Parts: sequence; structure tokens; C-alpha cells
Amino acid sequence: MSNYLLSRIGQAAIVLLLAFAASFLLLQALPGDAILIKYQNPEMGLTPEQIAEIRVLYGADAPIWVQFGNTVWNFVQGSFGYSVQAGVPVRDLIAVNLPATLRLSSLGLVAAIALALLVAFAATLAPLRWLRSLIASAPSLLAALPVFWIGIVLIQIFSFRLRLVPVINPNEFQQLVLPVATLAIPIAAPLAQVFIRSLDEIEAQPFIAVVRAKGASRAWILFRHMLRNAILPVLTIAGVLFGDLLAGAVVTETVFGLNGLGRVTEQAVSNQDTAVLQAIVVLAALGFVFVNLLVDLAAPLIDPRLNRKIGAAA
Amino acid sequence: MTVTTLARDSAEVLADRILDIEDLSIAYRESGQARRVVHGVSFSVAAGEVVALVGESGSGKTTTAQAVIGLLAENGEVEAGSIRIGGVEVSSWNDRRFNAIRGKVVSLIPQDPGASLNPVMTVGKQVGEVFRLAGQRGEAHIRELVISLFERVGLSDPALRYDQYPHELSGGMKQRVLIASAIALRPRLIIADEPTSALDVTVQRRILDLIDDLRRETGTAVLLVTHDLGVVADRADRVIVLRHGRIQETGKTTDVLEKPTSDYTRQLLADAPALAESAYREAPSATDPVLSVENLIKDFALGRGQSFRAVDDVSFSVSAGTTHAIVGESGSGKTTTIRTLVGFETPTGGEVRVLGQAIDKLRPDALRQLRKTIQLVHQNPFSSLDPLMSVEKIIEEPLLNFERLSGAERHVRVRETLDRVGLHADLLQRRPRALSGGQRQRVAIARALVLEPRILVLDEAVSALDVTVQAQILRLLVDLQERLGLAYVFVTHDLAVVRQIAHRVTVMQAGKAVETGAVRDVFDNPVSPYTRDLIAAIPGGKRSPFTRPRRRR
Amino acid sequence: MTTLDLSKPTTALKSRVQLVKWPRLEPTLVLSWLVIALAIAFALAPQLFTPHSGTIGLAGNQLKPPSAEHWLGTDEIGRDVFARIIYGAINSLSGALIAVTVGFTGGTALGLIAGSSRRVVDDTIMRLVDTLLSVPGLLLQLSIIIILGFGTTNVAIAVGATSVASFARLSRAEVIRVRRADYVEAAFGSGGRFLNVLWRHVLPNSLGTVLAYAALQFGVAILAIATLGFLGYGAPPPIPEWGLLIAEGRKYMTTSWWLTVFPGLAVILVVLAANRISLALRARS
Repeated sequence: MSNYLLSRIGQAAIVLLLAFAASFLLLQALPGDAILIKYQNPEMGLTPEQIAEIRVLYGADAPIWVQFGNTVWNFVQGSFGYSVQAGVPVRDLIAVNLPATLRLSSLGLVAAIALALLVAFAATLAPLRWLRSLIASAPSLLAALPVFWIGIVLIQIFSFRLRLVPVINPNEFQQLVLPVATLAIPIAAPLAQVFIRSLDEIEAQPFIAVVRAKGASRAWILFRHMLRNAILPVLTIAGVLFGDLLAGAVVTETVFGLNGLGRVTEQAVSNQDTAVLQAIVVLAALGFVFVNLLVDLAAPLIDPRLNRKIGAAA
Repeated sequence: MTVTTLARDSAEVLADRILDIEDLSIAYRESGQARRVVHGVSFSVAAGEVVALVGESGSGKTTTAQAVIGLLAENGEVEAGSIRIGGVEVSSWNDRRFNAIRGKVVSLIPQDPGASLNPVMTVGKQVGEVFRLAGQRGEAHIRELVISLFERVGLSDPALRYDQYPHELSGGMKQRVLIASAIALRPRLIIADEPTSALDVTVQRRILDLIDDLRRETGTAVLLVTHDLGVVADRADRVIVLRHGRIQETGKTTDVLEKPTSDYTRQLLADAPALAESAYREAPSATDPVLSVENLIKDFALGRGQSFRAVDDVSFSVSAGTTHAIVGESGSGKTTTIRTLVGFETPTGGEVRVLGQAIDKLRPDALRQLRKTIQLVHQNPFSSLDPLMSVEKIIEEPLLNFERLSGAERHVRVRETLDRVGLHADLLQRRPRALSGGQRQRVAIARALVLEPRILVLDEAVSALDVTVQAQILRLLVDLQERLGLAYVFVTHDLAVVRQIAHRVTVMQAGKAVETGAVRDVFDNPVSPYTRDLIAAIPGGKRSPFTRPRRRR
Repeated sequence: MTTLDLSKPTTALKSRVQLVKWPRLEPTLVLSWLVIALAIAFALAPQLFTPHSGTIGLAGNQLKPPSAEHWLGTDEIGRDVFARIIYGAINSLSGALIAVTVGFTGGTALGLIAGSSRRVVDDTIMRLVDTLLSVPGLLLQLSIIIILGFGTTNVAIAVGATSVASFARLSRAEVIRVRRADYVEAAFGSGGRFLNVLWRHVLPNSLGTVLAYAALQFGVAILAIATLGFLGYGAPPPIPEWGLLIAEGRKYMTTSWWLTVFPGLAVILVVLAANRISLALRARS
């Protein structure tokens, strides 16, 4: 077991290091030099010598492997360099904006899970067959909606038509309810799709017929037999959902004009502020790898068959 | 029918008929159309009786049985007729009403024990669930009930089993667990849907004995669904023969088996290897072997320096024009043995010689050339043919690998071969999907034959097929052997088939060859106790041509 | 029993029809193909579908709600919204096409090599693929855009590059599944050489699922391109790209709902159609 854990962590570290190297090569070593973009601006009136000095200050003149080594070392220490555009350390920028995004996305995730469970249970337990298939097809419709469009339409309906959510001087709940819904819908859709498909596959298994032959009701079968079997395929997309959640936060924060990491990301791209984007990309990869590691460790708790395989491998 | 007989009949129903099916028709709704699969079937099952529903695939036997316990697929529907359980009409019941009698009055022993238990729940909990659904409470109390049930169905260490998961049990043990939950509430009728087809013969016999014993103790009636006339001969009081959803024949088992009245039943009996009267095949005069296996050993690495010996010192040889059978239960190493014969596995030790060449010492291209001589036919014709290719392309492919022939020449060879395996040229442009199982296996045989090899290796080549189709393919194989002088290595789990087709046989158990010899000698005077066990376990003892001890009671 | 007699020839006919596997007409699938066909027609010959211009507005015609003259209303400088959607089709569709082509060729090649090579090669490729997958799609797209710069083609390439990893994963899994199939072993058993078997059996049989996934990715790409367009990294105004239309319409959403709703519906319809077609392709393979 501990052997398995170690090799799994080792794999995660390799992926992370590769991601880091790739992002470094793409964003730092290739053109799009943020320093030049900012300081070559004629309005600043800097001489080429002064620009070169600034480049030395930022470490941009060193050989590439030195830069790479420096960057890795700085990242490990928690220093992500300077935002060229904002002129503040990237770490501060992230620290200031992280809480808001964390709050938005965790609320969005909870809402998405609740929504997905609701749809999946309804699609399994609804009394009529056509009603079940109708409910089961809802997620694929939701998955086709662009996130930003959901946000705009929600604002139009709830703020402008129904006037339920004020745009000006909203309280905290009013400020968050629409963004959370906007974020939750596109996350809930694939979640529900995978969950419903997985429930369907489990329902077709012979052992479900055996449980039915014992006289168990649909609800009994769903909660005592299908749920635990069906949850594993859902967990395997957790990493992807984590990414979707971040992407959703970028769009949602932009649409609703909220401050947060998403907004920072969007502005970093617009201003070609590579240091900021690189820090966010690496942190996102770290989060992804961490989430998947958790899933892998949790899986044997859900399915005892995986336990045996791990035991055999270790 | 007069009013008085009707009244008498219904009185009888109330007295002792557990199950009474009358004029039952069932259809499946597929894309708006109803496809009827059961047509006007009537029969009944009395208390304590074992009634067998026998038929090949598509006969409607399983559908009928599913309707009795209300477990038809969602698109299935009882169109007409009645199903009465203990005199109560249930055919129009919905799921909720059925739940009142499931487990308590009617229960189910399913087909495939491997897939019939929830993989993420302990088996004790799964059996205990029957009591919970019946309204019993108390963790300790239910645990006690389950453990005593486990004892009754002959599970070793019942208290230990309670907390185990299905993957920790063998197939036979899983089936015992399922039987435990089927008998837990002492139902009046047990539906046993092919309860042993997924199990090895020796396990099959023990499970059927168990069902027999429990039935005798409790007086429960059993509706036994099976394709195996041997099982019917041993176990059923009465039998109903189904074909395409219609009853062909019904009656007492002994009557039906000894004096069948319908042609179809006669055909089934003639084709069932376990029941068929046929002499041992006489071997042609011995010639030099075309294939010889000496002290073959095959290990599989399990990682961390450990390994598993799948084949342990097996030797035999095969002469032209003869069939050598390799028989054994699952995990005996029979499939690994033949995969080394055709070069899909390399032996760890020992030697395989094909026409005098040691095949493990061949370079890749020489091995490829050798394939003109030795060909493998896979077990499952549903997976061994490329679904995207036409029959013509499939049979033609080996020719493309070896011979520089023009398109016209290839076409002629393909048609000759197709003819040889008894298929019509109409099928040339069909895809495998549009063929029946028997036709597919003929195509697979044609593909193996088109290079005109000397040796065919057949891996359970008939076990995925219905008995009548199986008999046709076996006849084809014997016929081809006599015409072309082929040598066969025939792998099977079915000793009855061995007796029909093979000249010599190797019995394998746990990787070892426990017995090798002429089929007649092995059957008449088995040396190893394992072979004796295997022979005794062939179902159909009451009518079997083999002389063997009565089964254990 | 005349009804029975009448029914007989029709059932015989039906069984023959099923024998040649005539595809049954499924209304939603037909509708999906129609949507795609219409979108392609919009892209190829927009002038056939609208008399209005996609880029030049009419003075005095600003922010009019949907009417008989302007079916989907007009925008802030008097341009017909329907015309803008029609003229915008080319940007969305060609972008999605480039994206899927990049992802499909890159991913399938990687997957095929990984799935049919030795362990070392397979492991190396798959670790790289894992790495690509570890960065959330949108962030990866933004990283590529920051290097390549803004614009329709660059956005399309970024979206395509993001899907390389998932294409590679799927096609590798398919290749491995097919390689384990009995008919592939049978092909080796009848003397087939490695490349022959790969070409005759493995490739055709793994392609079906991958093509279905490509159709699905077409929808995903439309969405992703619209999102990047909305964020302002795609085509610059006044080019009528669907995501950009919504971004521009946002400024007037208090008064003119049609500016955001209709371009959004265009995106949704195409995505739904692509998903439905993908489903049908997957069922066939």
C-alpha cells in the first residue's frame, strides 16, 4: 500500500515537473517578452540601455537553463516572480484574489453536485419511462450552453425582467446567487451525464435483477446497490471537473464583473503578463494532480476489488 | 371444456399447483413494433416438483421464466394469457405488487454467479438483505440467520464468508451464496435459470445436488431453465421442450427422453453429446506424428520475481488424420497449452515440434511461414471475425499473406473453401453481423482451411453454440478430417464431446496432464481419480451410454 | 383473416430492408444534419440567405427589436442580427474545423503510435499526454494564445491543441482494445505481418469511435471558440464572430435582449446537432 502510494506520488510529481517545464518553455523562453512590451512604450521614454538594465533586474538576460533553475527554485519557495503589468509580486496578486474565487467555485461545486444528484435520481426513480428518458436527456442540453451565455441570460431574466436580483447594491447573497448558478449549470451537466450513464450500466447488470427478485423497491436498489457502484466513474472525472470549475470561474467573473483569480487570468492574457499566467497554470496543474491523487486513494474505499489489485502490486 | 371439468381443474389449482401458466404470449417492443417471442405457452408446476423448460437460444425459455417473477426487460410485455401463482393471477401486476411475493413465494437462482452479486457489498449483507426486505430487524439476529443458511448450503467457514466480498469467492461458492438467498424465506417456487451453465462440470454436479437436497427438505417446487438435456435427464420430473417460443413437447422426463413424439425433440436428443449413442472413433493406422509436445512448461510472471506455472510438464503427439483432445476445467492450462502450439506463447521449457521443426527456435518469418501448416480456430465466432469485413475478405486474407495469386484465382480458392465448409456462395458479401453463430464458426473454419494446413487447433470451437448447431459443426469437422487427412488438437471442457470426436485425449488439471491415452481406454478404465470425477460429473447419467457409478445422494 | 394476408408481404419486405441495414430515420438525427447543413450553407454562401450586410449598419435603424424586416432585430449601429449570425457562421465553423483537424491528426497519430509500440515509447507518450491533460483546457488555450497572439486562426489552433491529449488517450485505448480482439490474433495467426494487420484490422476498427469523438469535439470546439471570442481573444470587431456578437450585445442587455439571446441560440443549436450526430456515430461503431 505504501509502495503504491509512493509510486503514485512519484508519477504525480513527474507530471507536475513536465507541466512546469512546458509552461516555462512556452511562456518564458519564447517571444512575447512582457518586459519589452511594457517598457518599450515610447511614452515612458526609456533608452535601450535602461531597458537592458531592467531586463537584468528581472533576470531575463541569463541563459535559459539558469532561468529555468531560478524559476523552479523560486516556485518551490513560493515566489512566483513579478506581475509586469501590475508591478506587484504574483504571489500577492494570487493571495488577494484567491479567497473570492475559492468561495465562488466551492459554492458552484456544491450546487453542481446537488443539481446533478437531483437530476440523476429523478432520471432513475421517476414513475414513467418517457419521463425518465426526458429527464435523462436534460444534461446533454445543459452541456451545450456556453457558460457566458448562461450568465447573461440569467441576468436578463432575474435582474432585468423579473427584478428579483438587484444589480445595484446587492447584498452578499444576491451578489453570489447568479454567478454560482452560472458556474454550477455547466459543471452539473457532465456530472449528471456520467452519473446517469453509470447508473444505467449498473442497472443492466445481472445482480440488480437478483436484488429485484428478492423483492426490493426501486429506491432500495438505487440507494443500497447502485449508488456505491455508480460513484466510481463519476470520481474519475473529478480532475476534469476541477479544470472546468477554474475555466468557469474565469468566464463567470468576467461576465459578472467580480474580482478573483479568473479576472486576474483574463487580464493577464490581455496584457501578455506571462508571469501571472504561468503561476496560475502551474497552480492549476498542481490542483489537478492533487485532486486525481485523492481520487485514486479514495477509490479502493469504494470498490474493494481495487484494494486487492493494489495489494498485489505492492 | 365443460363447466364441471373447469371447476374441478380450478379446485386442483388451489390444491397443489404452485404455478399455472395458460396460453401465455410475450412480446418485446422494439422501435415501435412488437416482436412476439413466446406464443401461447401453457404448463403448470405442482408443489415439490421439478419442471424443466428446455430449449436452445431464442426459444423463449428465459423470457417465460422472467415473466413468472415479473422481471421481464422493460420493453417486454405479456400480451395474452395468464400466469397464476398459488391460484392468484399475477401477469398484470406491476413491480410494487410483485415485490410482495418475490423472495417469499417465488425466488430466483440466476444464470451467471460471477455477475449476480453486488461487487461492493459483503455476501453476508446481500443474503441478510432478504430478511431485511421481509421486515426482520436486528443486525446480530440477521447475521445468525445468514450464517446458519451458509452452513445449510455447504459453504465452508460460514462466519468468515459473511464478511467477504464476492471477488474473494470461487464461482461455486458464489452460486451457493445465491442459493442461500433464494431459499432464505422458504419460497414455494424457485426459478433456476441455467443455474450451472457458467460453472465447471464437477462444480455443476455439486450445485445441482445441493438444489435437489434442499428441494427435498422443504418441498419447494423448482422451475429449471436449461439448454442441457443431460441436466434435464438427471434432475427433472417433467420437461417442456420449447422452440421459437412454442411448446414442442411436454411430458414426464422419462417419457420424453425415451419416446419423444416431436421431430425437434428427437433431433435435440440425437445432437446432445451426453445422450447420443455413438461408438468410439477408431484411429487410423498410426503414422509419424505431425505435431509433438514434449515436457512443455509455461510460466507467467506475476511481478516481484514471482511466477505462476500454467502448464507443467505436458507431453503428447498427434498423427495425421487423428484428433487429440485436451480436456479440463477452467484454469487447467489447456488454452495456454494450445497457444504455445501456434506460437502465441513461447514455452518456458520443453519443446513443441510441428512437422519436425521446433517452433520456439524459429525466427519470426519462419514462424510466419509455419502458419501455412498449423491454424487456430478460436472459441468464440462472435469475436474472431473482423466485424467490418465481408465473408469473402475474411476467408481471402490468409491468401494475401502468402501466395501471389490473381484476384480471380483467389476468388476460386475462397469459393472452394466456402463450399467445403458447407456454406452457400450467397454469403460471400455478408458481414459477420448478418450471420448466425453456426455460420460464423464455419467462416472461421474456412479461414483456417484456405491455406490448406495439415493441423487445426480448435479452442473450445463448439462450446459457444447451441446443441444442434454444435452437432452440425462436429459432423463437419469429422467429415473434413476424413477427406483432407487433417490432424486436430481439440480443446474442450466437455468430456461427452471428446468421446464423439477424438481418438486420443489428454486430461489436464492445474497445469498437469493427469492422464493421456486412447479415448476408449481413458473412458473405460480411467486411471486418475480426477478423470473418474470428471466422467461421473457428465450430466445425463440416467440415460447416458457411459457406465458409471450413481451420483451421490 | 384478410388482415393477416395483407400484413405478410409487408413484413417480408421489412425483414429484407433490415437485412441491408437501411438506417431507420430518426427525427432528431435528421434535424441535426439539417442544422449542420444549414450552418455550412451559411458559411459558404451567406449572401443567398440575407439581403442585409453582415458588417455595415443602416443609419436610423439602431437597436430595433425583431420584426418582419429584421427577423432577429438590429444592433447598436443598425446591423441586422440575423445577417451577422449568417456571416459569422464561416468564422465559427472553419475555426471548429481547424481545431478538430489539429486535435484529430495530432492525437490519433500519438495514440496510434503509443498503442502499437513498445512499453517505453507508450509510457513516454502517455506521460506527455497526462501532462497536457493536467492543465485545465481554458488555461492551456490561453497559454497558447498568449504565445501565438489573438485572432481567429490562432484561437482555433489553441482549441485544437488542447484536444490533442484527449484524442490521443481515446485512440490509444481503442487501438489497445482492438489489438486484444480475437480477430486480430486470428489475423496474425493466418500469417499477417504487423503493419498489414495494423492497416487491415486495427485502424479501421478503432477509427469509428474516434470519429464519433471528433464529431463531439466539433461541438466542444464551437463552444470553446465562442468563449474565447467572448473574452475578446478571437476575431477583432467588426468581424461577426458568434462569441464576439454576444460580448458586444452585452453592453445593451438591459434593453435589447435579442442581441445576446439569438447568437447564443445559434451556438447552442450547432453544438446540440454535433453532439447528436456524435451519438449516432458512436452507436454505429
